[in-house]
Amino acid sequence: MAIEVRIPTILRTYTGGEKAVTGEGDTLSQVIDHLEDNHPGIKDRLIEAKDGQSDLRRFVNVYVNDEDVRFTGGLGTSVTDGDQVVVLPAVAGGCGLSRAQLQTLWASTANV
Amino acid sequence: MLRIDQATYDAIVTHAKKDHPDEACGVVAGPEGSDRPERFIPMVNAARSPTFYEFDPIDLLHLYKEMDARDEEPVVVYHSHTATEAYPSRTDIGLASEPNAHYVLVSTREHGNSAGPVEFRSYRIIDGEVTEEEVSVVDEARSQA
Repeated sequence: MAIEVRIPTILRTYTGGEKAVTGEGDTLSQVIDHLEDNHPGIKDRLIEAKDGQSDLRRFVNVYVNDEDVRFTGGLGTSVTDGDQVVVLPAVAGGCGLSRAQLQTLWASTANV
Repeated sequence: MLRIDQATYDAIVTHAKKDHPDEACGVVAGPEGSDRPERFIPMVNAARSPTFYEFDPIDLLHLYKEMDARDEEPVVVYHSHTATEAYPSRTDIGLASEPNAHYVLVSTREHGNSAGPVEFRSYRIIDGEVTEEEVSVVDEARSQA
């Protein structure tokens, strides 16, 4: 019965510390709405409005049965009882400069 | 404070130098709640960029499933800056999503791929707050049972 949703550390403040919660729905979108009913605030951490439509946030990865939902229909990805949904924030970052700024910095560093 | 063994420290530095001028990234996993970085896991920078890093989404899933199966967590999340100081950028701070991790920054700006010292610094990044911490490099890796 139902769908297991694995929650990353940073979102466990919404689930009372639980690593996994139970979801319901026929699509990922419905599962997230159901999550929101039980754990208010969590939806906004997963979804944002893009061009008037809801979409997953760029730096949030969601997998249904180990498949990245970006390749299976995004929020419309179908789910059924027994499926597992995993939510993982991207591990990402970077110096935040443009390439031109980098070139200037490298040029000014004698030893490289 | 981040306590890290010399071999793991060296492995992070070697990875950063090897991937320069692109940013290198990875984690050091350890038993959940232990705060001991024990298992060095270099990751591919899917962005292959000197200004950005991102773990490939499928590699990320495998990494987290494996850590989960082993009751581990990412004790250290590291990446390099290749032209700037070893300090979290606004991008780094905005995307930091492991409140329990030590965020290690290595800067390869001085010597690039060549031998020579690097800046190696560690931070906590929680809710957009950056706190630098001392790095203590210890000689021996703690052997794992």
